[in-house]
Amino acid sequence: MSRQSRPSETRKISSELFTLTYGALVSQLVKDYESDAEINKQLEKMGYNIGVRLIEDLLARTNVGRCQDFRETADVIAKIGFRTYLGITPTVTRWSAAMDEFSLVLDSNPLADFVELPEDHHKLLYSNILCGVLRGALEMVHQEVEVSFLRDTLRGDDATEIRLKFIKKLEDALPAGEE
Amino acid sequence: EVPDISFELLHGEIVRALKRFNEEEIGNSVEQKLDRMGFRVGQCWIERLTKDRVRFKDELEVVKYICKEFWMSLFNKQIDNLRTNHQGVYVLQDHKFHFFPQMSVTSQYSEEAPAFLAYPCGMMRGALVALGINSTVACEITSMPSCKFTITTLPA
Repeated sequence: MSRQSRPSETRKISSELFTLTYGALVSQLVKDYESDAEINKQLEKMGYNIGVRLIEDLLARTNVGRCQDFRETADVIAKIGFRTYLGITPTVTRWSAAMDEFSLVLDSNPLADFVELPEDHHKLLYSNILCGVLRGALEMVHQEVEVSFLRDTLRGDDATEIRLKFIKKLEDALPAGEE
Repeated sequence: EVPDISFELLHGEIVRALKRFNEEEIGNSVEQKLDRMGFRVGQCWIERLTKDRVRFKDELEVVKYICKEFWMSLFNKQIDNLRTNHQGVYVLQDHKFHFFPQMSVTSQYSEEAPAFLAYPCGMMRGALVALGINSTVACEITSMPSCKFTITTLPA
């Protein structure tokens, strides 16, 4: 499939439309699924599919090379990924001693602007799509990670925090006998 | 600021996800769901946009507002052409509709197109209802990325 080249910095669609559209999606899922756990799962799955496509776009528009270590990966996620696609730069923090786990702390979250969670959905991870996006995108560059929401201001926490844990490096599935 | 590509990726995945859910047989058709989602967003959008505006004097003025201000606020461009039979049918043409730039000019996506248009149709219908006009809105791709919306107003 050949894709048309796109002018890189033309902003045509209102970003509030992005926020409202995401909100409409979550309300639809709330209607379609019984449990918050199931909604969270669906959002994560959708995010994964987006992440797989998004990384392609990211590699095409920037000249990010292979990351040397997980610390560099963290920097690219925050300073290039989040900045390019959501217009925010989360803080990379709370590294584990083994340097295989860190947190992204979001000062603001464009997905959740003007959002209030409905009363009876205490377990809903409103922005869980982001976890899926990160998992999908990183898988495409051969890193298996575990991503989860630790804190969310929507649920009354003092900050929004996403935790990433490095699981393993994925090898290219090469046919036997090659390389 | 969120760039277009983020919106495209999100909207595209919403369409595809609803299709997947539908295979699991949950509720209404994909187009109906997308239309309703768009309807609510359109309603909410136009209410904010027009809250300080003086009343519209007639239907045509409302439709013109949709073509100019409403479209501009969403897509940063106006509808290119408006025609009406003066009996409640309005045909709006956007020669460069920005909703699906990812769908290239190839016909590969023509099957998917109706689902991709349900959300913007719903938005337009929702905006019109908020301004007091009941209608049906249909949309067709005349030739990518040119798009034709047909508004048929219904008696109040």
